[in-house]
Amino acid sequence: MNALPGYNFAYLDEQTKRMIRRALLKAVAIPGYQVPFGSREMPLPYGWGTGGIQVTASILGQEDVLKVIDQGSDDTTNAVNIRRFFNRTAGMATTDRTEEASIIQTRHRIPEKPLNENQILVFQVPLPEPMTRLEPREAVTRKLHALADYGLMHVKLYEDIARYGHIATTYDYPVLVNGRYLMAPSPIPKFDNPKLHMSPALQLFGAGREKRVYAIPPWTRVESLDFEDHPFSIQRWQQPCALCDAEDSFLDEVVLDGGGRMFVCSDSDYCQTRQAAGHTGSENTPTEVSA
Amino acid sequence: MSAQHGDRAAAAKTPGPLSQLAGKGGGAPLLRVEGLSRKYGGRIGCSDVSFDLHAGEVLAVVGESGSGKSTLLQLLATRLALDAGSLHYQITGRGLVDLSALSEADRRWLMRTDWGYVEQNPRDGLRMNVSAGANVGERLMAVGARHYGEIRSTAKDWLQRVEMDPARLDELPTGFSGGMQQRLQIARNLVTRPRLVFMDEPTAGLDVSVQARLLDLLRELVTDLGLAAVIVTHDLAVARLLAHRILVMREGRVVETGLTDQVLDDPQHPYTQLLVSSVLQV
Repeated sequence: MNALPGYNFAYLDEQTKRMIRRALLKAVAIPGYQVPFGSREMPLPYGWGTGGIQVTASILGQEDVLKVIDQGSDDTTNAVNIRRFFNRTAGMATTDRTEEASIIQTRHRIPEKPLNENQILVFQVPLPEPMTRLEPREAVTRKLHALADYGLMHVKLYEDIARYGHIATTYDYPVLVNGRYLMAPSPIPKFDNPKLHMSPALQLFGAGREKRVYAIPPWTRVESLDFEDHPFSIQRWQQPCALCDAEDSFLDEVVLDGGGRMFVCSDSDYCQTRQAAGHTGSENTPTEVSA
Repeated sequence: MSAQHGDRAAAAKTPGPLSQLAGKGGGAPLLRVEGLSRKYGGRIGCSDVSFDLHAGEVLAVVGESGSGKSTLLQLLATRLALDAGSLHYQITGRGLVDLSALSEADRRWLMRTDWGYVEQNPRDGLRMNVSAGANVGERLMAVGARHYGEIRSTAKDWLQRVEMDPARLDELPTGFSGGMQQRLQIARNLVTRPRLVFMDEPTAGLDVSVQARLLDLLRELVTDLGLAAVIVTHDLAVARLLAHRILVMREGRVVETGLTDQVLDDPQHPYTQLLVSSVLQV
Protein backbone atom coordinates (compact mmCIF):
# COMPACT_ATOMS: atom_id res chain seq x y z
CA MET A 1 0.00 0.00 0.00
CA ASN A 2 1.80 3.17 1.06
CA ALA A 3 4.69 2.13 3.27
CA LEU A 4 7.73 4.37 3.62
CA PRO A 5 10.32 3.72 0.90
CA GLY A 6 13.67 2.29 2.00
CA TYR A 7 12.25 -0.05 4.63
CA ASN A 8 11.47 -3.71 4.29
CA PHE A 9 7.82 -4.58 4.90
CA ALA A 10 7.15 -4.20 8.64
CA TYR A 11 10.67 -2.86 9.33
CA LEU A 12 12.49 -6.14 10.12
CA ASP A 13 14.45 -7.89 7.38
CA GLU A 14 13.10 -11.22 6.15
CA GLN A 15 15.83 -13.36 7.74
CA THR A 16 15.11 -11.88 11.15
CA LYS A 17 11.42 -12.53 10.68
CA ARG A 18 12.14 -16.14 9.77
CA MET A 19 14.29 -16.54 12.87
CA ILE A 20 11.52 -15.15 15.07
CA ARG A 21 8.90 -17.31 13.37
CA ARG A 22 10.98 -20.39 14.01
CA ALA A 23 11.18 -19.44 17.69
CA LEU A 24 7.42 -18.83 17.71
CA LEU A 25 6.72 -22.25 16.19
CA LYS A 26 8.73 -23.85 18.94
CA ALA A 27 6.93 -21.72 21.52
CA VAL A 28 3.54 -22.84 20.20
CA ALA A 29 4.69 -26.45 20.20
CA ILE A 30 5.66 -26.24 23.90
CA PRO A 31 2.96 -24.09 25.51
CA GLY A 32 4.35 -21.76 28.15
CA TYR A 33 8.00 -22.60 27.50
CA GLN A 34 10.32 -19.61 27.08
CA VAL A 35 12.15 -19.87 23.77
CA PRO A 36 15.29 -17.75 23.34
CA PHE A 37 15.52 -15.67 20.17
CA GLY A 38 17.93 -13.14 18.72
CA SER A 39 16.19 -9.96 19.75
CA ARG A 40 17.08 -7.03 17.49
CA GLU A 41 17.64 -3.39 18.24
CA MET A 42 14.37 -1.61 17.56
CA PRO A 43 13.84 2.12 17.07
CA LEU A 44 12.40 2.50 20.55
CA PRO A 45 13.77 1.84 24.03
CA TYR A 46 13.54 -1.46 25.91
CA GLY A 47 10.45 -1.49 28.05
CA TRP A 48 8.34 0.16 25.36
CA GLY A 49 7.36 -3.04 23.64
CA THR A 50 10.41 -4.11 21.63
CA GLY A 51 9.52 -7.78 22.11
CA GLY A 52 5.90 -7.34 21.13
CA ILE A 53 6.83 -5.28 18.06
CA GLN A 54 9.27 -7.90 16.80
CA VAL A 55 6.67 -10.65 17.22
CA THR A 56 4.02 -8.54 15.47
CA ALA A 57 6.42 -7.59 12.65
CA SER A 58 7.33 -11.21 11.99
CA ILE A 59 3.72 -12.46 11.74
CA LEU A 60 2.25 -9.44 9.95
CA GLY A 61 0.91 -9.82 6.40
CA GLN A 62 -0.48 -7.31 3.84
CA GLU A 63 -4.01 -8.45 4.55
CA ASP A 64 -3.82 -8.13 8.33
CA VAL A 65 -5.67 -5.53 10.32
CA LEU A 66 -3.74 -4.35 13.37
CA LYS A 67 -5.04 -3.03 16.66
CA VAL A 68 -2.64 -1.80 19.34
CA ILE A 69 -3.70 -1.19 22.92
CA ASP A 70 -1.87 0.04 25.98
CA GLN A 71 -3.57 -0.39 29.35
CA GLY A 72 -6.74 -1.20 27.41
CA SER A 73 -6.75 2.07 25.51
CA ASP A 74 -6.07 2.69 21.81
CA ASP A 75 -5.17 6.32 22.41
CA THR A 76 -2.24 6.25 24.81
CA THR A 77 1.29 7.15 23.70
CA ASN A 78 2.63 3.62 23.44
CA ALA A 79 -0.37 2.39 21.44
CA VAL A 80 -0.47 5.37 19.11
CA ASN A 81 3.25 5.18 18.36
CA ILE A 82 3.36 1.46 17.70
CA ARG A 83 0.26 1.68 15.49
CA ARG A 84 1.82 4.53 13.51
CA PHE A 85 5.12 2.64 13.29
CA PHE A 86 3.43 -0.26 11.52
CA ASN A 87 1.30 2.10 9.48
CA ARG A 88 4.44 3.67 8.09
CA THR A 89 6.66 0.62 7.71
CA ALA A 90 4.03 -1.86 6.56
CA GLY A 91 1.38 0.46 5.18
CA MET A 92 -1.32 -1.86 6.37
CA ALA A 93 -4.75 -1.24 7.82
CA THR A 94 -5.19 -0.49 11.50
CA THR A 95 -8.29 -0.35 13.60
CA ASP A 96 -9.57 0.49 17.07
CA ARG A 97 -12.26 -2.14 16.98
CA THR A 98 -11.45 -5.45 18.62
CA GLU A 99 -13.69 -7.54 16.37
CA GLU A 100 -12.18 -6.10 13.16
CA ALA A 101 -8.57 -6.77 14.09
CA SER A 102 -6.70 -9.89 13.02
CA ILE A 103 -3.66 -9.08 15.16
CA ILE A 104 -3.90 -7.22 18.47
CA GLN A 105 -0.70 -6.09 20.14
CA THR A 106 -1.31 -5.33 23.77
CA ARG A 107 0.37 -4.00 26.84
CA HIS A 108 -1.19 -4.78 30.25
CA ARG A 109 -4.69 -5.87 29.11
CA ILE A 110 -6.72 -8.42 27.22
CA PRO A 111 -9.71 -6.87 25.37
CA GLU A 112 -13.09 -7.34 27.04
CA LYS A 113 -14.78 -8.55 23.86
CA PRO A 114 -14.26 -12.29 23.41
CA LEU A 115 -11.65 -13.08 20.76
CA ASN A 116 -12.11 -15.60 17.95
CA GLU A 117 -10.06 -18.25 16.10
CA ASN A 118 -8.93 -15.80 13.43
CA GLN A 119 -7.25 -13.43 15.84
CA ILE A 120 -3.76 -13.38 17.34
CA LEU A 121 -3.02 -11.55 20.57
CA VAL A 122 0.58 -10.32 20.98
CA PHE A 123 1.70 -9.39 24.50
CA GLN A 124 4.57 -7.07 25.39
CA VAL A 125 6.49 -8.71 28.23
CA PRO A 126 8.96 -6.95 30.52
CA LEU A 127 9.95 -9.97 32.67
CA PRO A 128 9.28 -13.39 31.17
CA GLU A 129 10.56 -15.37 34.16
CA PRO A 130 7.88 -15.61 36.89
CA MET A 131 10.32 -16.84 39.55
CA THR A 132 12.97 -14.21 38.98
CA ARG A 133 12.19 -12.29 42.19
CA LEU A 134 12.75 -15.38 44.31
CA GLU A 135 15.52 -16.98 42.30
CA PRO A 136 17.57 -14.49 40.31
CA ARG A 137 19.93 -17.09 38.79
CA GLU A 138 18.61 -18.02 35.38
CA ALA A 139 20.56 -21.28 35.27
CA VAL A 140 18.57 -22.32 38.34
CA THR A 141 15.15 -21.18 37.12
CA ARG A 142 15.66 -23.04 33.85
CA LYS A 143 16.40 -26.18 35.80
CA LEU A 144 13.29 -25.61 37.92
CA HIS A 145 11.25 -25.34 34.72
CA ALA A 146 12.87 -28.47 33.30
CA LEU A 147 11.94 -30.44 36.40
CA ALA A 148 8.54 -28.72 36.81
CA ASP A 149 9.69 -27.83 40.30
CA TYR A 150 7.38 -24.93 41.09
CA GLY A 151 7.08 -24.98 44.88
CA LEU A 152 8.96 -21.69 44.93
CA MET A 153 6.07 -19.79 43.35
CA HIS A 154 3.80 -20.94 46.16
CA VAL A 155 6.33 -19.61 48.66
CA LYS A 156 5.64 -16.17 47.19
CA LEU A 157 1.88 -16.63 47.42
CA TYR A 158 2.26 -17.94 50.99
CA GLU A 159 4.26 -14.84 51.83
CA ASP A 160 1.49 -12.66 50.37
CA ILE A 161 -1.14 -14.24 52.57
CA ALA A 162 1.09 -14.15 55.65
CA ARG A 163 1.68 -10.42 55.16
CA TYR A 164 -1.61 -9.14 53.79
CA GLY A 165 -4.16 -11.82 54.69
CA HIS A 166 -4.88 -12.57 51.05
CA ILE A 167 -2.94 -13.15 47.84
CA ALA A 168 -1.89 -9.59 47.14
CA THR A 169 -0.47 -10.25 43.68
CA THR A 170 -2.87 -8.37 41.41
CA TYR A 171 -1.02 -8.27 38.11
CA ASP A 172 1.40 -10.62 36.37
CA TYR A 173 -0.29 -13.33 38.39
CA PRO A 174 1.54 -16.64 37.76
CA VAL A 175 -0.24 -19.32 35.73
CA LEU A 176 0.39 -22.94 34.87
CA VAL A 177 0.01 -23.58 31.14
CA ASN A 178 -1.34 -26.90 29.91
CA GLY A 179 -0.57 -28.43 33.32
CA ARG A 180 3.15 -28.18 32.71
CA TYR A 181 4.97 -24.85 32.42
CA LEU A 182 4.79 -22.01 34.89
CA MET A 183 4.35 -18.76 33.00
CA ALA A 184 4.26 -15.03 33.66
CA PRO A 185 1.23 -13.70 31.79
CA SER A 186 2.92 -10.28 31.44
CA PRO A 187 1.60 -7.48 33.65
CA ILE A 188 -2.07 -7.98 32.82
CA PRO A 189 -4.37 -7.61 35.84
CA LYS A 190 -5.37 -10.92 37.37
CA PHE A 191 -8.85 -9.93 36.21
CA ASP A 192 -7.73 -11.02 32.74
CA ASN A 193 -6.24 -14.37 33.78
CA PRO A 194 -9.47 -16.32 33.17
CA LYS A 195 -9.47 -15.01 29.59
CA LEU A 196 -6.16 -16.80 28.94
CA HIS A 197 -7.84 -20.12 29.67
CA MET A 198 -9.22 -21.99 26.62
CA SER A 199 -8.96 -18.88 24.48
CA PRO A 200 -9.87 -19.47 20.81
CA ALA A 201 -7.21 -16.94 19.77
CA LEU A 202 -3.49 -17.69 19.55
CA GLN A 203 -1.61 -15.79 22.27
CA LEU A 204 2.04 -14.85 21.69
CA PHE A 205 4.38 -13.22 24.21
CA GLY A 206 7.52 -11.31 23.31
CA ALA A 207 10.18 -10.03 25.69
CA GLY A 208 12.71 -7.92 23.75
CA ARG A 209 15.24 -7.09 26.43
CA GLU A 210 15.18 -10.60 27.90
CA LYS A 211 15.22 -12.13 24.38
CA ARG A 212 12.46 -14.66 24.97
CA VAL A 213 9.21 -15.55 23.25
CA TYR A 214 6.53 -17.89 24.54
CA ALA A 215 3.00 -18.78 23.55
CA ILE A 216 -0.36 -20.15 24.55
CA PRO A 217 -1.88 -22.01 21.58
CA PRO A 218 -5.66 -21.78 21.11
CA TRP A 219 -7.79 -23.90 23.42
CA THR A 220 -5.09 -24.49 26.01
CA ARG A 221 -5.68 -24.95 29.72
CA VAL A 222 -4.33 -22.05 31.78
CA GLU A 223 -4.70 -22.23 35.55
CA SER A 224 -3.87 -19.47 38.01
CA LEU A 225 -1.93 -20.75 41.01
CA ASP A 226 -3.62 -20.64 44.40
CA PHE A 227 -4.09 -22.43 47.71
CA GLU A 228 -7.02 -24.73 48.51
CA ASP A 229 -8.14 -22.44 51.34
CA HIS A 230 -7.28 -19.23 49.45
CA PRO A 231 -8.66 -19.83 45.95
CA PHE A 232 -7.84 -17.56 43.02
CA SER A 233 -10.31 -14.69 42.62
CA ILE A 234 -10.48 -11.67 40.34
CA GLN A 235 -10.98 -8.01 41.19
CA ARG A 236 -14.54 -6.69 41.73
CA TRP A 237 -15.79 -3.12 41.91
CA GLN A 238 -18.52 -1.52 43.99
CA GLN A 239 -20.01 0.38 41.05
CA PRO A 240 -20.37 -0.12 37.28
CA CYS A 241 -18.50 1.95 34.67
CA ALA A 242 -19.43 5.63 35.01
CA LEU A 243 -19.68 6.06 31.22
CA CYS A 244 -21.21 2.85 29.88
CA ASP A 245 -22.65 1.17 32.99
CA ALA A 246 -20.74 -2.06 32.29
CA GLU A 247 -20.49 -4.36 35.28
CA ASP A 248 -18.29 -7.00 33.69
CA SER A 249 -15.23 -5.00 32.66
CA PHE A 250 -11.98 -3.95 34.30
CA LEU A 251 -12.35 -0.42 35.67
CA ASP A 252 -9.77 2.34 36.03
CA GLU A 253 -10.12 4.95 38.72
CA VAL A 254 -9.98 8.44 37.20
CA VAL A 255 -9.49 11.54 39.35
CA LEU A 256 -11.70 14.38 38.12
CA ASP A 257 -10.93 18.09 37.98
CA GLY A 258 -13.40 18.93 40.72
CA GLY A 259 -11.64 16.55 43.13
CA GLY A 260 -14.13 13.75 42.67
CA ARG A 261 -13.31 10.43 41.10
CA MET A 262 -15.00 8.02 38.76
CA PHE A 263 -14.51 4.46 37.62
CA VAL A 264 -14.47 3.85 33.86
CA CYS A 265 -13.69 0.89 31.63
CA SER A 266 -9.99 0.53 30.91
CA ASP A 267 -10.89 -1.02 27.52
CA SER A 268 -11.76 2.14 25.55
CA ASP A 269 -13.15 0.27 22.53
CA TYR A 270 -15.48 -1.77 24.72
CA CYS A 271 -16.69 1.34 26.53
CA GLN A 272 -17.28 3.32 23.33
CA THR A 273 -19.10 0.45 21.65
CA ARG A 274 -21.44 0.19 24.62
CA GLN A 275 -22.03 3.93 24.69
CA ALA A 276 -22.81 3.90 20.97
CA ALA A 277 -25.33 1.16 21.66
CA GLY A 278 -27.12 3.49 24.06
CA HIS A 279 -25.70 2.45 27.45
CA THR A 280 -25.05 5.36 29.76
CA GLY A 281 -23.51 5.56 33.18
CA SER A 282 -23.74 7.95 36.12
CA GLU A 283 -21.36 10.50 34.56
CA ASN A 284 -23.02 10.91 31.17
CA THR A 285 -26.77 10.55 31.54
CA PRO A 286 -28.62 11.91 28.45
CA THR A 287 -29.89 15.00 30.30
CA GLU A 288 -26.35 16.08 31.19
CA VAL A 289 -25.12 15.60 27.64
CA SER A 290 -27.92 17.65 26.08
CA ALA A 291 -27.67 20.41 28.70
CA MET B 1 51.96 -39.82 46.06
CA SER B 2 51.76 -41.31 42.57
CA ALA B 3 51.75 -44.81 44.00
CA GLN B 4 48.76 -43.90 46.13
CA HIS B 5 46.88 -42.62 43.12
CA GLY B 6 47.50 -45.89 41.34
CA ASP B 7 46.15 -47.82 44.31
CA ARG B 8 42.93 -45.93 44.51
CA ALA B 9 40.93 -47.85 41.96
CA ALA B 10 41.89 -51.12 43.59
CA ALA B 11 41.24 -49.79 47.07
CA ALA B 12 37.78 -48.63 46.05
CA LYS B 13 36.69 -52.20 45.46
CA THR B 14 37.49 -53.44 48.94
CA PRO B 15 35.34 -52.00 51.71
CA GLY B 16 37.17 -49.84 54.20
CA PRO B 17 37.72 -50.80 57.82
CA LEU B 18 34.71 -48.84 58.97
CA SER B 19 32.17 -50.67 56.90
CA GLN B 20 33.27 -53.86 58.58
CA LEU B 21 32.90 -52.24 61.94
CA ALA B 22 29.48 -50.88 61.09
CA GLY B 23 28.29 -54.19 59.72
CA LYS B 24 27.95 -55.42 63.30
CA GLY B 25 24.39 -54.11 63.66
CA GLY B 26 23.12 -56.37 60.89
CA GLY B 27 20.52 -55.38 58.30
CA ALA B 28 21.11 -53.21 55.29
CA PRO B 29 22.69 -49.80 55.91
CA LEU B 30 20.86 -46.55 55.18
CA LEU B 31 23.83 -45.14 53.31
CA ARG B 32 26.72 -47.15 51.91
CA VAL B 33 29.83 -45.23 50.93
CA GLU B 34 32.57 -46.99 49.00
CA GLY B 35 35.92 -45.61 47.87
CA LEU B 36 34.74 -42.02 47.65
CA SER B 37 37.36 -39.79 46.01
CA ARG B 38 37.50 -36.29 44.69
CA LYS B 39 40.42 -34.25 43.45
CA TYR B 40 40.69 -30.55 42.83
CA GLY B 41 43.13 -30.52 39.94
CA GLY B 42 46.24 -32.22 41.29
CA ARG B 43 45.21 -31.61 44.88
CA ILE B 44 43.36 -34.27 46.84
CA GLY B 45 40.01 -33.13 48.25
CA CYS B 46 39.01 -36.45 49.64
CA SER B 47 40.43 -39.88 48.94
CA ASP B 48 39.10 -43.41 49.27
CA VAL B 49 36.55 -42.91 52.03
CA SER B 50 34.28 -45.86 52.79
CA PHE B 51 31.72 -46.43 55.52
CA ASP B 52 28.20 -47.63 56.18
CA LEU B 53 25.67 -45.50 57.99
CA HIS B 54 22.68 -47.19 59.60
CA ALA B 55 19.28 -45.71 60.35
CA GLY B 56 19.31 -43.62 63.50
CA GLU B 57 23.07 -43.49 63.64
CA VAL B 58 25.04 -40.27 64.06
CA LEU B 59 28.49 -40.08 62.53
CA ALA B 60 30.87 -37.22 63.26
CA VAL B 61 33.59 -36.31 60.80
CA VAL B 62 36.41 -34.47 62.57
CA GLY B 63 39.70 -33.05 61.45
CA GLU B 64 41.49 -29.76 61.03
CA SER B 65 40.69 -27.16 58.39
CA GLY B 66 41.49 -28.41 54.91
CA SER B 67 41.35 -32.06 55.90
CA GLY B 68 38.54 -32.76 53.42
CA LYS B 69 35.60 -32.84 55.84
CA SER B 70 33.41 -30.44 53.90
CA THR B 71 34.36 -32.00 50.57
CA LEU B 72 33.27 -35.37 51.95
CA LEU B 73 29.95 -33.94 53.13
CA GLN B 74 29.24 -32.33 49.78
CA LEU B 75 30.09 -35.55 47.99
CA LEU B 76 27.72 -37.45 50.26
CA ALA B 77 24.94 -34.94 49.66
CA THR B 78 25.56 -35.27 45.89
CA ARG B 79 26.37 -31.60 45.67
CA LEU B 80 29.77 -32.42 44.20
CA ALA B 81 30.47 -34.97 41.49
CA LEU B 82 32.51 -38.03 42.46
CA ASP B 83 35.82 -38.76 40.77
CA ALA B 84 35.72 -42.35 41.98
CA GLY B 85 33.71 -44.53 44.31
CA SER B 86 30.03 -45.07 44.80
CA LEU B 87 27.13 -43.99 46.99
CA HIS B 88 24.15 -46.22 47.71
CA TYR B 89 21.12 -45.09 49.65
CA GLN B 90 18.23 -47.09 51.06
CA ILE B 91 15.14 -45.63 49.39
CA THR B 92 11.90 -46.68 51.04
CA GLY B 93 10.38 -49.45 48.97
CA ARG B 94 13.25 -49.63 46.50
CA GLY B 95 16.15 -50.99 48.55
CA LEU B 96 19.75 -49.82 48.21
CA VAL B 97 19.92 -47.59 45.15
CA ASP B 98 23.02 -46.25 43.44
CA LEU B 99 22.63 -42.48 43.71
CA SER B 100 24.55 -41.83 40.50
CA ALA B 101 21.95 -43.89 38.63
CA LEU B 102 19.04 -41.77 39.92
CA SER B 103 17.55 -39.17 37.62
CA GLU B 104 18.09 -35.58 38.66
CA ALA B 105 14.39 -35.19 39.41
CA ASP B 106 14.46 -38.23 41.72
CA ARG B 107 17.60 -37.00 43.42
CA ARG B 108 16.08 -33.59 44.07
CA TRP B 109 12.97 -35.22 45.43
CA LEU B 110 15.11 -37.30 47.76
CA MET B 111 17.06 -34.25 48.88
CA ARG B 112 14.01 -32.37 50.00
CA THR B 113 11.94 -35.16 51.46
CA ASP B 114 14.22 -37.83 52.85
CA TRP B 115 17.33 -35.72 53.38
CA GLY B 116 18.25 -32.49 55.06
CA TYR B 117 21.31 -30.28 54.77
CA VAL B 118 22.12 -27.83 57.53
CA GLU B 119 24.61 -25.24 56.36
CA GLN B 120 27.28 -23.79 58.59
CA ASN B 121 26.06 -20.29 57.82
CA PRO B 122 22.25 -20.18 58.20
CA ARG B 123 22.10 -17.46 55.56
CA ASP B 124 23.13 -20.01 52.97
CA GLY B 125 20.39 -22.40 53.97
CA LEU B 126 17.56 -19.94 54.51
CA ARG B 127 15.62 -17.72 52.19
CA MET B 128 16.35 -14.40 53.88
CA ASN B 129 13.68 -12.36 52.06
CA VAL B 130 10.66 -14.44 53.07
CA SER B 131 9.16 -14.99 56.53
CA ALA B 132 10.11 -17.77 58.93
CA GLY B 133 6.83 -19.53 58.15
CA ALA B 134 7.51 -19.53 54.42
CA ASN B 135 11.01 -20.83 55.07
CA VAL B 136 9.69 -23.78 57.01
CA GLY B 137 6.79 -24.29 54.59
CA GLU B 138 8.91 -24.22 51.43
CA ARG B 139 9.71 -27.93 51.47
CA LEU B 140 6.07 -28.76 52.10
CA MET B 141 4.99 -26.64 49.14
CA ALA B 142 7.75 -28.16 47.02
CA VAL B 143 6.33 -31.61 47.60
CA GLY B 144 2.79 -30.49 46.80
CA ALA B 145 1.16 -29.05 49.94
CA ARG B 146 -1.46 -26.56 48.74
CA HIS B 147 -3.43 -25.76 51.89
CA TYR B 148 -2.28 -22.48 53.42
CA GLY B 149 -3.78 -23.13 56.85
CA GLU B 150 -2.18 -26.54 57.20
CA ILE B 151 1.23 -25.38 55.99
CA ARG B 152 1.07 -22.55 58.48
CA SER B 153 0.10 -24.68 61.45
CA THR B 154 2.82 -27.22 60.61
CA ALA B 155 5.36 -24.39 60.42
CA LYS B 156 4.17 -23.07 63.78
CA ASP B 157 4.52 -26.53 65.27
CA TRP B 158 8.07 -26.79 64.08
CA LEU B 159 9.04 -23.40 65.45
CA GLN B 160 7.91 -24.67 68.83
CA ARG B 161 9.83 -27.90 68.42
CA VAL B 162 13.05 -26.00 67.84
CA GLU B 163 12.21 -23.80 70.84
CA MET B 164 11.43 -20.64 68.94
CA ASP B 165 8.60 -18.27 69.76
CA PRO B 166 5.75 -19.18 67.35
CA ALA B 167 4.67 -15.53 67.44
CA ARG B 168 7.67 -14.78 65.22
CA LEU B 169 6.26 -16.93 62.42
CA ASP B 170 5.71 -13.98 60.10
CA GLU B 171 9.01 -12.23 60.75
CA LEU B 172 11.90 -12.20 58.32
CA PRO B 173 14.95 -14.26 59.34
CA THR B 174 17.10 -11.14 58.94
CA GLY B 175 15.70 -9.98 62.27
CA PHE B 176 16.72 -13.17 64.08
CA SER B 177 19.89 -13.79 66.06
CA GLY B 178 22.44 -16.27 64.73
CA GLY B 179 21.24 -19.01 67.07
CA MET B 180 17.62 -18.48 66.06
CA GLN B 181 18.51 -18.52 62.37
CA GLN B 182 20.26 -21.83 62.91
CA ARG B 183 17.18 -23.19 64.69
CA LEU B 184 15.01 -22.01 61.87
CA GLN B 185 17.28 -23.72 59.37
CA ILE B 186 16.99 -26.94 61.32
CA ALA B 187 13.19 -26.68 61.43
CA ARG B 188 13.12 -26.01 57.71
CA ASN B 189 15.10 -29.17 57.08
CA LEU B 190 13.21 -31.43 59.45
CA VAL B 191 9.68 -30.45 58.43
CA THR B 192 9.39 -33.27 55.89
CA ARG B 193 10.71 -35.73 58.48
CA PRO B 194 13.86 -36.78 56.68
CA ARG B 195 15.73 -39.92 57.62
CA LEU B 196 19.19 -38.56 56.94
CA VAL B 197 20.57 -35.12 57.73
CA PHE B 198 23.93 -33.66 56.76
CA MET B 199 25.26 -30.92 59.00
CA ASP B 200 28.24 -28.74 58.25
CA GLU B 201 29.57 -27.27 61.50
CA PRO B 202 26.05 -26.56 62.77
CA THR B 203 27.25 -24.82 65.91
CA ALA B 204 30.23 -22.90 64.59
CA GLY B 205 29.90 -19.15 64.81
CA LEU B 206 27.60 -19.27 67.83
CA ASP B 207 28.66 -18.27 71.32
CA VAL B 208 29.14 -21.08 73.80
CA SER B 209 25.89 -20.83 75.76
CA VAL B 210 23.83 -20.72 72.58
CA GLN B 211 25.95 -23.56 71.25
CA ALA B 212 25.18 -25.66 74.30
CA ARG B 213 21.44 -25.14 73.96
CA LEU B 214 21.51 -25.89 70.25
CA LEU B 215 23.48 -29.08 70.85
CA ASP B 216 20.95 -30.09 73.47
CA LEU B 217 18.14 -29.49 71.01
CA LEU B 218 19.91 -31.39 68.24
CA ARG B 219 20.52 -34.36 70.49
CA GLU B 220 16.88 -34.39 71.47
CA LEU B 221 15.61 -34.15 67.90
CA VAL B 222 17.98 -36.80 66.64
CA THR B 223 16.80 -39.28 69.28
CA ASP B 224 13.12 -38.32 69.00
CA LEU B 225 12.99 -38.61 65.24
CA GLY B 226 15.45 -41.47 64.92
CA LEU B 227 17.51 -39.41 62.50
CA ALA B 228 20.67 -40.63 60.92
CA ALA B 229 23.15 -37.79 60.63
CA VAL B 230 26.58 -37.01 59.30
CA ILE B 231 28.00 -34.07 61.22
CA VAL B 232 31.13 -32.32 60.11
CA THR B 233 32.84 -30.49 62.93
CA HIS B 234 36.22 -29.41 64.14
CA ASP B 235 34.90 -29.31 67.69
CA LEU B 236 35.53 -32.61 69.45
CA ALA B 237 33.01 -31.70 72.15
CA VAL B 238 30.25 -31.62 69.54
CA ALA B 239 31.30 -35.04 68.34
CA ARG B 240 31.38 -36.35 71.90
CA LEU B 241 27.87 -35.07 72.65
CA LEU B 242 26.08 -36.06 69.47
CA ALA B 243 27.88 -38.82 67.64
CA HIS B 244 27.81 -42.56 68.05
CA ARG B 245 30.75 -43.01 65.76
CA ILE B 246 33.60 -40.82 64.70
CA LEU B 247 35.73 -40.57 61.60
CA VAL B 248 39.01 -38.67 61.82
CA MET B 249 40.26 -37.14 58.58
CA ARG B 250 43.61 -35.75 57.61
CA GLU B 251 44.75 -34.60 54.19
CA GLY B 252 41.68 -36.05 52.54
CA ARG B 253 42.05 -39.51 54.06
CA VAL B 254 40.41 -41.27 56.97
CA VAL B 255 43.12 -41.93 59.55
CA GLU B 256 41.04 -43.40 62.34
CA THR B 257 37.47 -44.55 62.89
CA GLY B 258 35.54 -46.12 65.72
CA LEU B 259 33.02 -45.53 68.47
CA THR B 260 33.16 -41.95 69.67
CA ASP B 261 34.18 -42.64 73.25
CA GLN B 262 36.68 -45.22 72.18
CA VAL B 263 38.40 -42.91 69.72
CA LEU B 264 38.38 -39.87 71.99
CA ASP B 265 39.45 -41.71 75.15
CA ASP B 266 42.01 -43.93 73.55
CA PRO B 267 43.22 -42.40 70.29
CA GLN B 268 45.51 -44.70 68.32
CA HIS B 269 46.71 -42.59 65.41
CA PRO B 270 49.28 -39.92 66.23
CA TYR B 271 47.17 -37.28 64.49
CA THR B 272 44.10 -38.17 66.56
CA GLN B 273 46.25 -38.09 69.69
CA LEU B 274 47.35 -34.61 68.68
CA LEU B 275 43.76 -33.51 68.07
CA VAL B 276 42.53 -34.83 71.40
CA SER B 277 45.43 -33.34 73.32
CA SER B 278 44.93 -29.97 71.63
CA VAL B 279 41.52 -29.44 73.19
CA LEU B 280 41.66 -26.58 75.67
CA GLN B 281 40.69 -27.47 79.19
CA VAL B 282 39.04 -24.79 81.25
